[in-house]
Amino acid sequence: MSADQGALAGAWSNLPEYLGWHVLLSLSSLGLGIAISLPLAIFAARKAAVRGPALAFASIVQTIPGLAMVALFYPVLLALSALTRSYFGIGFRALGFLPALAALTLYSMLPVIRNTITGLLGLDRAVLLAARAVGMTGRQSLFIVELPLAAPIILAGIRTAAVWVIGTATLSTPVGQTSLGNFIFTGLQTENWILVLFGCVAAALLAIVVDRLLALAEDGLARRSNTRLAASIAGLMIVIAASLAPLISGASTRVATVGTKSFEEQYILGALIQSRLERAGFATTRRDGLGSTVIFDALASGDIDAYVDYSGTIWSDDMKRRDLPPRQQLLREMAEWLRRTHGIRYVGALGFENAYAFAMRGNEAEKLHIRTLADLSAYAPRLKIGGDYEIFSRPEWRSVERAYGLRFGTQRVYQSGFMYRALTSGDVDVISAFSSDGRIAQYHLALLGDPKGALPPYDAVLLVSPSRVRDQRFLEALTPLVGSIDLPTMQRANLEVDRDVDKRSPDAVAHDLDVLIASHSVRPDRGARRPRDN
Amino acid sequence: MITLRNLTKIFPGAERPAVDALDLDVAAGEFLVLIGPSGCGKSTTLSMINRLVEPTAGTIGIGGTDIKALEPVSLRRKIGFVFQDIGLFPHLTVAENAGITLRLMRHEKTEIERRSNEVLEQVHLDPHEFRARHPASLSGGQRQRVGLARALAAKPSIMLMDEPFGALDPLIRDDLASDYRQIHDRTGLTTVLVTHDMTEALLMADRIAIMRDGRLLQVASPGAILANPADDFVRRLVETPKRRARVLAEAMGAAQT
Repeated sequence: MSADQGALAGAWSNLPEYLGWHVLLSLSSLGLGIAISLPLAIFAARKAAVRGPALAFASIVQTIPGLAMVALFYPVLLALSALTRSYFGIGFRALGFLPALAALTLYSMLPVIRNTITGLLGLDRAVLLAARAVGMTGRQSLFIVELPLAAPIILAGIRTAAVWVIGTATLSTPVGQTSLGNFIFTGLQTENWILVLFGCVAAALLAIVVDRLLALAEDGLARRSNTRLAASIAGLMIVIAASLAPLISGASTRVATVGTKSFEEQYILGALIQSRLERAGFATTRRDGLGSTVIFDALASGDIDAYVDYSGTIWSDDMKRRDLPPRQQLLREMAEWLRRTHGIRYVGALGFENAYAFAMRGNEAEKLHIRTLADLSAYAPRLKIGGDYEIFSRPEWRSVERAYGLRFGTQRVYQSGFMYRALTSGDVDVISAFSSDGRIAQYHLALLGDPKGALPPYDAVLLVSPSRVRDQRFLEALTPLVGSIDLPTMQRANLEVDRDVDKRSPDAVAHDLDVLIASHSVRPDRGARRPRDN
Repeated sequence: MITLRNLTKIFPGAERPAVDALDLDVAAGEFLVLIGPSGCGKSTTLSMINRLVEPTAGTIGIGGTDIKALEPVSLRRKIGFVFQDIGLFPHLTVAENAGITLRLMRHEKTEIERRSNEVLEQVHLDPHEFRARHPASLSGGQRQRVGLARALAAKPSIMLMDEPFGALDPLIRDDLASDYRQIHDRTGLTTVLVTHDMTEALLMADRIAIMRDGRLLQVASPGAILANPADDFVRRLVETPKRRARVLAEAMGAAQT
């Protein structure tokens, strides 16, 4: 089976869940959007002073890029949650459904507001006069005459909003809300364009079907044809019920959810954990491509049940520690902190490390006699460094800069796949690589040592959510993974997914790894090597 | 029945009053026609009677009660209103249009159905044929008949009509006008009708009130106005119908010989 076919098979199996969430999210946002926009527009149609500001607000909202809008609601909700917690003792989750709902609700408003105002202001003045003359109250005029007559135009606005919302809902994946966007983001990250296309086509088809059904309703309203209206409503009900059915049936059986961050190694490990859980009799699902903060919060709140993180990330990002104890002590303190502050269970280290490690082209490192970061400092001002989106704003980078006095001539930021290409093509001279990355061996890169210990260790650690710490069957299914994957094994696995030719899907590679671990052919390598030990 | 006292309306930003200190009484059962050139304030006067327009000064009494003391909505439900543009509700059927005021007053469904059939027959529309149709499928004359039925349904004692026949073909207009005059007489309605057509006024009215620039020039029966026009303006107004009558009489005399 080729990687593409494998990915497509996986995509089909994820479709019911992703589609279900996508429909639920779109429906809720549209419903909420209409509930806000319709009264606002009715008010604005009657008060000219409100009309301008309402339309201006909705238009400004439309100019904010979708991804930014969804992302911006995270800090806003986080602050709100802190506020409600301090006043009422109850917080809520700032990730997942809520930020996506809030952003999409705002997006749905403009067409509904604009069309409702246009529809109401465009009504025949004679009809409005007659409504007053026969003795209708303002309310009666609105509900008996104005809204029914403006309904086709209002519905046209709702139709536009529905299509926008369904399209924009794909952007809710990065804040941890499952949607059809999961296909697109996972595909982008693994450069699997078939998967990206699959996600786009699925979202587009959903939008087209909903659009056609609403067009039928609009037509029914305009022609006063109850048959058309009924057919449209029935069609929409069928689409909604069919999409939500897997979600409802899934929810009742308490599915085990595995989370992954947004890079290849995580997808492989996610699939590996998933297949072990399934063998132990769990129904499972995945939430792929979550951001570092998102995934940790999701585990703490029980939205996901297990994932693999890296000790150094938790140490510096979540524990905010700047000191660097020896690795075993760091793991102990981390485990204790996770248990105490979040109730999270540290199952163990998988046996390899995925550290921030600075890499150069092998031949150039040799020519310049650069083996460690200390050797680099003299050359740094003449060299260009490339990093991923995060590194230059992370504490580890400041710590490295300080420890080795590094001042690079040029600093650039890449999506991680392109970062390696930038190094091999000579656009940059040093990159912030990851030690378990298969491309280090493939491109003959030299990893630079860290003799001063400026970088913390990044042991891959398996974490389980508070809601599963008492689930023995769950823990037993995962414990064998501890110490089962050494660095070369992980590098090889990553390379199979990353390489340009003969690429394989993360699921296929995870399957091989699973077989390997089950046959105990991998000797645990507990003292995983670190760049500074090289 | 209706008493207007010192009735004045000045629209915001207007230089002079649209209606200027008007005094007028309409007796119960009377058919009064308000006539005058465009912009003379006749429609504004009419609209103040059911509070579609609020006066700037002065009072309107109906049956001795100052209408300012009445809820505008319930006042309008007791007064029929028919206007040139008709304003039928296009999404409702003929029967639903005819019964709308009763629906607003929360009458029983069967009662609304019975009464809407009754008023449709009254305006000479066969309920069986027309009940379920929508306004879009009716001719102009049929639409105005539905408009009239709608105004009659709640059995008002007063009917206000703002150029009700203005947009209709002459033949249909005459039919509808004489049909309405019969309805008026039979039901004991008090009607105030606004028009700018003196012939129509002379043929329909018990009394004619002639307005110009927001003021009343003359209020009298058709015969009195024809015999004693108050001034040159009124004289010019009655000139056309008189000339037409003469020409017609000659033509008919010629036809008889």
